[in-house]
Amino acid sequence: MADTPQTTELIASDSFELDPADEAEILEEVAHYERPQAACIEALKIVQRRHGWVPDGAIDAIARVLGIGPGEVEGVATFYSLIFRQPVGRHVLLVCDSSACFLTGFDELKRALVNQLGIDYGQTTDDGRFTLLPVCCLGACDGAPALMIDEDTYGPVSPDDLPGLLEDYP
Amino acid sequence: MSVSIGSQGDSVRYRSRLQQPETERHPDTHPLTWRLRDDGEVIWLEEYLRKDGYESVRRALADRDPQAIIATMKDANVGGRGGGGFSAGLKWSLTLQGEDIPRGYLICNADEMEPGTFKDRLLMEQQPHLLIEGMILGALANNSCFGYIFLRGEYVTAARVLKRAIEEARHAGWLGADINGSGFDFDIIVHTGAGRYICGEETALINSLEGKRANPRTKPPFPGQSGAWGKPSVVNNVETLCNAPGVILNGADWYQDLSGDSTDNGGTKLYGISGPVENPGLWELPMGTTGAEILDRAGGMRNGSELKTWLPGGASTGFLLPEHLDLPLDFNTVGKEGSRLGTGLMTMVPQEQSLVALLRNLEEFFARESCGWCTPCRDGLPWAAKLLRALELGQGETGDIELLEKLAADCGPTLTFCAHAPGAAMPLHTALKHFRHEFEQGISKPRIKAVEG
Repeated sequence: MADTPQTTELIASDSFELDPADEAEILEEVAHYERPQAACIEALKIVQRRHGWVPDGAIDAIARVLGIGPGEVEGVATFYSLIFRQPVGRHVLLVCDSSACFLTGFDELKRALVNQLGIDYGQTTDDGRFTLLPVCCLGACDGAPALMIDEDTYGPVSPDDLPGLLEDYP
Repeated sequence: MSVSIGSQGDSVRYRSRLQQPETERHPDTHPLTWRLRDDGEVIWLEEYLRKDGYESVRRALADRDPQAIIATMKDANVGGRGGGGFSAGLKWSLTLQGEDIPRGYLICNADEMEPGTFKDRLLMEQQPHLLIEGMILGALANNSCFGYIFLRGEYVTAARVLKRAIEEARHAGWLGADINGSGFDFDIIVHTGAGRYICGEETALINSLEGKRANPRTKPPFPGQSGAWGKPSVVNNVETLCNAPGVILNGADWYQDLSGDSTDNGGTKLYGISGPVENPGLWELPMGTTGAEILDRAGGMRNGSELKTWLPGGASTGFLLPEHLDLPLDFNTVGKEGSRLGTGLMTMVPQEQSLVALLRNLEEFFARESCGWCTPCRDGLPWAAKLLRALELGQGETGDIELLEKLAADCGPTLTFCAHAPGAAMPLHTALKHFRHEFEQGISKPRIKAVEG
């Protein structure tokens, strides 16, 4: 697992300062609901957008802003599959392994990804570029097999498409 | 990201699309899709209004008769399109309303994650205002003060399109305070999720909306009695809500007549098909269209493969056989065959596909997505997946199939907290029923028994 300097800093540091812009955005989200806790998932996503993942200190910081216990925030952070509680690569690659993709070439695609990236699920390339994860049906079954890189959905993807596709994510 | 012209990314970028051209879609026969453009571009407000948009809301606001909306929806018998099939009108009639009861929430379930399902994505990405219009009708009928579109986090395009459409609607006075001078207030925001299939279960969705882990809640109380923050809440699927404007504008009889004589269910359905077929895709067709017609529209199985079996509406429905292709795909008929219509998007399985391997894939999915709240689901599904992995490798033991049958039975309806485990049990149970011999081939050794004494 590769650590960027920023990541190492966050792991080593005891305290975490919520960026003022992020805190303002979280408070804006709070206004959409009857209770502040409802903004919990969005708050985690806001932190993750800035840091790539959710460092330990952010759990306490979010809990303070929302007025709930850190245990509540941690419980939520560890439940949802798209909230990362450990560092991930610059790009997150989600491979759809649900039925339509499974029936149309998921195995070959997954094998090609593992070969090209040299990592399996839950791992990050040594250069900190990609993290590979499975994902629940992407809702792109008429374009199966499908995968998602960051916010972009692709399909149908053949193993031959991969080198060119990955090039777009330096 | 930056994509240079002609990069690999552009050529394989996924685009949601309907297979029927504009010339085949008409306002009186295709209420869900007649406005969609062949070029797949978004129908923004100006074009939507030009195509009779918000007409049902204009009328409903003038009448201000929630009971009439509910009665029409009930008569139309719009079965829940998220897969449950429960009448939306009946659901609306059960929402608590009254002077002493606070106004509640209208929640759109846009957490489309059922494997094999890609219909709500199209409706949201290309025609966001139809959903907003349906939600305003739902809010009027249920006296909801605010609406949430609970959208899965991965639907990035849908989020962007919906947010802009909501802004447009607000700006034009279709959302916000005193909608079009009617005195009715209602607004909507998009709430995006962060993964987990279980968020599609309506009470788990409410917990997730409240910022908690997506564990399901006990029913009763039903959301209509006590939902989000204890207020009366209605949870409806995207396609269900998109049916409301047509029903309110044209009436229940018109809606009933949209479907053929072969079915009790009315309206149209966004049917789809995927798996190894020539042209996978989506079509708006009369409710009760047969699987054979949809497979035919898709050009048949890819490379002339023979069809072995199929799932009518997602991973949590039961396997049907080729002989079932001639049945009308509606809630009642498919239910009688030991399966469910589910989302109505078929997954086709070719003859050469090992059913044991497919079941292993399905049960691994359900095991991974279990929220862990109740024991039969949390422990039973990984166990089933483990047994299936062994059978796939030809390392099964005598008694494994009986054990799988028992696990499927123990995860059945009423034995678990929510519908997740029963959903996992249905494909398992039906695969064992129809293709038991394939599972038997994976058994290579006798079960080792503990020595007594």
